Amino acid sequence: MDLHTKTMTELSAGLDSGEYTSVELTQTLLDRIAAHNDTLNALLTVTGEQALAAAARADADRAAGKAGALNGLPIIHKDIFCTRGVRTTCGSKMLDNFISPYDATIVERLADAGAVVLGKANMDEFAMGSSNETSYFGPVNNPWDLERSPGGSSGGSAAAVAARFAPGATATDTGGSIRQPAALTGTVGIKPTYGRVSRYGMIAFASSLDQAGVITRSAEDAARLLGVMAGFDERDSTCIDKPAPDYAAALGESIKGLKIGIVRQHFDEGLDADCGARVKDAIAVIESLGATAIEVDMPNIDYSVPTYYVVAPAECSSNLSRFDGVRFGHRAENAEDLFDLYCRSRGEGFGDEVKRRIMTGTYVLSAGYYDAYYLKAQQVRHLIADDFKKAFEEVDVIAGPTAPTTAFKLGDMVDDPITMYLNDIYTIGANLGGFPAMSVPCGFVNDLPVGLHLVGHHFDESALLRCAHAYQQATDWHTACPEVFK
Amino acid sequence: MSLDKDQVQQIATLARLKLGEDEYAESVEKLSKIVDFVAHLSEADTSGVIPMAHPLDIAQRLRPDVVTEPNDRDRYQENAASVSDGLYLVPKVIE
Repeated sequence: MDLHTKTMTELSAGLDSGEYTSVELTQTLLDRIAAHNDTLNALLTVTGEQALAAAARADADRAAGKAGALNGLPIIHKDIFCTRGVRTTCGSKMLDNFISPYDATIVERLADAGAVVLGKANMDEFAMGSSNETSYFGPVNNPWDLERSPGGSSGGSAAAVAARFAPGATATDTGGSIRQPAALTGTVGIKPTYGRVSRYGMIAFASSLDQAGVITRSAEDAARLLGVMAGFDERDSTCIDKPAPDYAAALGESIKGLKIGIVRQHFDEGLDADCGARVKDAIAVIESLGATAIEVDMPNIDYSVPTYYVVAPAECSSNLSRFDGVRFGHRAENAEDLFDLYCRSRGEGFGDEVKRRIMTGTYVLSAGYYDAYYLKAQQVRHLIADDFKKAFEEVDVIAGPTAPTTAFKLGDMVDDPITMYLNDIYTIGANLGGFPAMSVPCGFVNDLPVGLHLVGHHFDESALLRCAHAYQQATDWHTACPEVFK
Repeated sequence: MSLDKDQVQQIATLARLKLGEDEYAESVEKLSKIVDFVAHLSEADTSGVIPMAHPLDIAQRLRPDVVTEPNDRDRYQENAASVSDGLYLVPKVIE
């Protein structure tokens, strides 16, 4: 039985019919992880014992007729989500020994629905990176080519799903951290609307941009997982008090008449020509299913990356001030005084990229520079968000490439922060405006996956999922599996 | 270079980050690149544009001012490097 190749929807049916139990399924995937994780470095912690216990509970619940929406289905959590009693590192030396005293809301909700957690996924340190190379625990290798990056920051989640360690994983996205790795690993990634999913227990990077989402292999599975995670949470003051629709139920609806916006700038010279061709093919397929493509203008979109690299570091410099070596996290030895304790604990505990972003943020917020950088970026952010809003007066979904190229070689971009930052050129706009967005596999260039990027209007994740599902019914790119992991 | 070593040192102090001598040269170079890159924003015409603080342009929800958290101090302190009698210990602050 090739249980690892199956989607959550297929596995649910198998569990329902009694073809296998969750314990059997969980053990199969744990064996796979034991065999392949050293090759990929996708998981930082494997929670085998807890997983088997949760699977046994799920099997008992099912037998008692109390199966939740995700009963017995194995998942992986990005190591940015707090998991009670389990090491939660956020990819940093700072939290190397941190055992979370509580569960994130989404961890709780997924467990309540019966999901079984196999482990915690590697990631760029504090989610700051686009290649997974900033992780204190070493980079993740891309299952499609082990010398290449899986993207980041949710590279571990994406690689684990692509290598069939689990049918789905949680992830987070501040500037493209769900969608870019999904594109580079041939998986589906969705970042919902800002505020749609609770961030309680999700370690903060940039609070006006961060949002939790999922990486799966099909749009249908993304809808299932997101359906359980989404919705109001009292404990997150930025969580929107609005009921989440039944994402899975809307999938079957036709996309006839759906209007797809194409942004001219997204197909400029920055985009690899072959990747662009795959994306255009995908848009043609969506048109053939009854959607109409319309060109839309976004005059301020080219400012997205510089705007992001002011706003995100500013917020990170503030959020990461909590790591002081006193209450939790790394603490320097033999500090001379309190100031020395702070400076050395942080200097030793944070990696280069995190320090760089904290310092960038400190600079743009400092007296004399605040107006020129931070305030200016917040104004430009408004212009960019307005470009999107104007586009959504005419179209339902904006489609384009997720990333400018396919997966790049590990080590290729580490020396130039700007080249690395430009990886997120197509994804950042959605975060700046708080819009839902997703990446869907749409073909290959030189045997490496390419992603189609879809952005929707606020709270309209359903349009994205419906569009992606219709596309996946007509194509089979999402079922392709890297040779080594078949 | 748009930033020099003194400026980077000042930023690092404000950010409570101790950098090694070898880290400075790289920080000056890379931070300068980033600052030059984000300086492109000055080309955007933002006259009369309201700064955007929230992506959905809404105000933060407030909650009633009541205690909701249980006292779990002992459990939280398990992650601290140094505690005593429920207090967090730091190097001496007052001589």
